[in-house]
Amino acid sequence: MKTDIVGSLETITRVRGVRGAMIVSAEEGLVIAESSMEGIDGAAVAALTAGVIARLARATEAAGRTAPAFVHLQADGGALLAVPAPGELLVVAVTDPEVNVGLVRLELRRAAEHLA
Amino acid sequence: MSNEDIRVLTVQLAADPSSLVFLPLGEALRRRGQLEVAAKIAITGLTRYPELADAHDLLARILGDQGDLERAFDEWDIALRLDARHAGAHKGIGFLYYVAGDLPRALEHLEAAHAANPGAEGVAAAVARVREALALPPSLSGQIETPPVAHAVEPLPAPLPGGPVESGPAVFAGLEGAHDGLLLLDGSGLRLGGGLLAPDGSAVGDAVAAHLAGVFRDASRAVRLLALGTWRSVAAETADANLFLCAPTPDSLLLLVRDNSVPIGRLALHAERASDAARRWLGGAA
Repeated sequence: MKTDIVGSLETITRVRGVRGAMIVSAEEGLVIAESSMEGIDGAAVAALTAGVIARLARATEAAGRTAPAFVHLQADGGALLAVPAPGELLVVAVTDPEVNVGLVRLELRRAAEHLA
Repeated sequence: MSNEDIRVLTVQLAADPSSLVFLPLGEALRRRGQLEVAAKIAITGLTRYPELADAHDLLARILGDQGDLERAFDEWDIALRLDARHAGAHKGIGFLYYVAGDLPRALEHLEAAHAANPGAEGVAAAVARVREALALPPSLSGQIETPPVAHAVEPLPAPLPGGPVESGPAVFAGLEGAHDGLLLLDGSGLRLGGGLLAPDGSAVGDAVAAHLAGVFRDASRAVRLLALGTWRSVAAETADANLFLCAPTPDSLLLLVRDNSVPIGRLALHAERASDAARRWLGGAA
């Protein structure tokens, strides 16, 4: 199982422009596994990403909508992409600004399916 | 264009699908009112020539005829990004601004259309009429009943869709979703304008706004921690809706919500326009 998870993360980080990927527990905001996260404070990113997703989920619930299935936080210098996975998990990628978002989303979803 | 002409164009396109003949064929079908077929031809052409301004202009005119003015605007907007002097796109957008009651912007685009193609049908007269309308006191502007270049997109819908469902200032007047699907809030999560309805019709703008302030703070922290610079937007896809959150000013947030048939990229375009309106409104309110 651990090998599968790491393999899924490595597939994500092979996409050009992806700086790192991780699996995060959605409730606690803890890192479960990570790949190529050099220079990135994974623990802090995990906590904040889980926080953003949880707040968005509360906002969408208040709007009478379902929880987010994909979240894309765009900044000047890059992006944070996240997809919920079964078992209260999140698959997260940190990317450069020029990344192919559609391709990363695809790999995030595949990784999430592997976690099922 | 006769049936025979259309048949010839159809045969030409079948023989060479990469041909630009889809442009006159799509336009001919549009003029005949065969809008669904015309749209298919335009979209197929656009898949081959996504950077051809004329193709976006064609699709915009078809969408306009179908009454989908928001998407028509987007296609003309794309055409202008590809060709800043595209007469058809300036004319179309000028018309849409006229319909929305934004006469200064209508005039700006109609004059650009006239400058790009002085011989374009009806544009000079349209410029004159909008100039005339602008010279009238605001209360009289509405007396001009006939749109200046109505042949661009017919039939015409009412300028402002829907009615208000949550009270508040008309920040987004003239934009689609002004009262349902566009929300402006301050950094504390208080709704400043716009509104949002749940699928059951209940007004949920205030409740949603309260949750979004936390998203703003967490997003700012996350990008700061990652040294990603300033955050620009948060987009979220759900099973039944797409959301787009951005900050028109450092102290405000804008939320767009549309059903999930509207792709995130298009939401970003809508957000640009709504952010412009929010900045104008916030500037005026200051």
